[in-house]
Amino acid sequence: MQNYFEKLGANALYHLNQTGRMGIFLFYSLLSIIMPPYKISAIIKQTYVIGVLSTFVIIFTGLFSGMVLGLQGYHTLSKFGAEGLLGSAVALSLIRELGPVLAALMVTGRAGSAICAEIGIMRISEQIDALECMAIDPHKYIIAPKFIAGIISLPLLTAIFDVTGIMGGYLVGVGMLGGNAGTYFSSMYKDVGFSDIYMGFVKSLCFGALIIWICASKGYYVHLNRGGGFGAEGVSSATTNAVVLSSVSILLFDYFLTSVLL
Amino acid sequence: MNNNAIVELIDIKKSFGSQQVLRGVNLRIMEGKTTVIVGGSGQGKSLIIKHILGLITPDSGRALVYGKELNRISKKELKDIRTNFGVLFQNSALFDSMTVYDNVALPLRERTMITEDETGRIVNEKLKMMDVEGTNNKYPAQLSGGMKKRVGLARALVLDPKIVFFDEPTTGLDAAKSNEIYRVFSRTQQKLGYTSVIVSHDVPKIFKLADYVALLHNGVVRDCLTPDEFQLSDDPVIKDYVETTMGPLYSSEMEV
Repeated sequence: MQNYFEKLGANALYHLNQTGRMGIFLFYSLLSIIMPPYKISAIIKQTYVIGVLSTFVIIFTGLFSGMVLGLQGYHTLSKFGAEGLLGSAVALSLIRELGPVLAALMVTGRAGSAICAEIGIMRISEQIDALECMAIDPHKYIIAPKFIAGIISLPLLTAIFDVTGIMGGYLVGVGMLGGNAGTYFSSMYKDVGFSDIYMGFVKSLCFGALIIWICASKGYYVHLNRGGGFGAEGVSSATTNAVVLSSVSILLFDYFLTSVLL
Repeated sequence: MNNNAIVELIDIKKSFGSQQVLRGVNLRIMEGKTTVIVGGSGQGKSLIIKHILGLITPDSGRALVYGKELNRISKKELKDIRTNFGVLFQNSALFDSMTVYDNVALPLRERTMITEDETGRIVNEKLKMMDVEGTNNKYPAQLSGGMKKRVGLARALVLDPKIVFFDEPTTGLDAAKSNEIYRVFSRTQQKLGYTSVIVSHDVPKIFKLADYVALLHNGVVRDCLTPDEFQLSDDPVIKDYVETTMGPLYSSEMEV
């Protein structure tokens, strides 16, 4: 029995420690973002890695998400004779919910995992220690450009996701199922307001910061993981944890942000 | 504190889980001198360097560099102290996604305001000093072990540091390559005049470079002596270490 409580206590302390570390990591990362000098070329490079290189997967998933929304929406709405609302249904679903969430999940899988693995490898091969010993702040040099790039990229990728999704819905709802093109766009124009776009924008901004925070900190502290976070196995397990935690956090935050912004 | 001791470790203790690695390390590093830390594998020699670098916080005890206790100063003060450091890590710790040139240029680009032309001149000069000129566009993965060490040394020395740490500089190198590293070390120290701390297994060869030798045994520094004093020490642990690593020849000399 005593053993059980000891384990429970050790677990609680471990997770409390991890949470505290992540909090400190966020603090130093935000501080290094605000404080000059600003590393413009590193930010551009990271925006390319996180944003531009994710474009294809975003277009692909956005298109098919829109197409399936068009297909499902058309069949459901046609039961009530409301096919004319397909455009606004597709657009609102994408702009308010699916766009930010799915784009964030895609970026987590593509760029978040890469960020965690990259920083994790830098940690276990003493490259981060080397930076510290050279009096170069690792937060400023490695983390801040990724953070800024994540915050810049996610809203833009979400916008691309939304637009391709709307076009996917159009392809199926209008092109394949014979809906009216004018009605598709006019219902969208009528029902989608600034508040919807604002909600999607705020969500994508928050998700961008969330992904980089979780993935970068998991890599940064890979050596402090329970059971020894060393070697390829340590990095692989940290990367898995980072992707799972980011994905779950995106869905949780989505609910909270929606309830605040609605 | 002695005015010449720029680094002082006082009763440093460090454990990892139930394993106590350092059990009260006391050590002084004298300015302008070469101090070599020797001892068996897994004794915590590299851990001592990490305490001096401020990468690890001791469970108890004090690590003083320039009279400042590392775990009691601000992040900025620690950063200021580290501007005096140059470090050659055991595995060189080169940035594997950067070329040799970018690796060596990094401290100059991040810590100075000099032009790219000047950076190029200094980088090429240091690479030449280490006999690795012409490798500018290679990546660390394309270099041999000895070349990586020399590039690591070039990076460590690029800002002319006051204290240079070498963690197992010759581990994994054959005798010829080890000698090359020692030659480079000797040449650069004469030229730049830095204080150096070397963790090494390479006994007795490393004694030729040392002003002081410290033996780490069972988590404590037994003593820090000049190489001659070290080899003739009456301390049974040091004596045993000397006999084990240098052979019976020395013990017979001692008996004379």
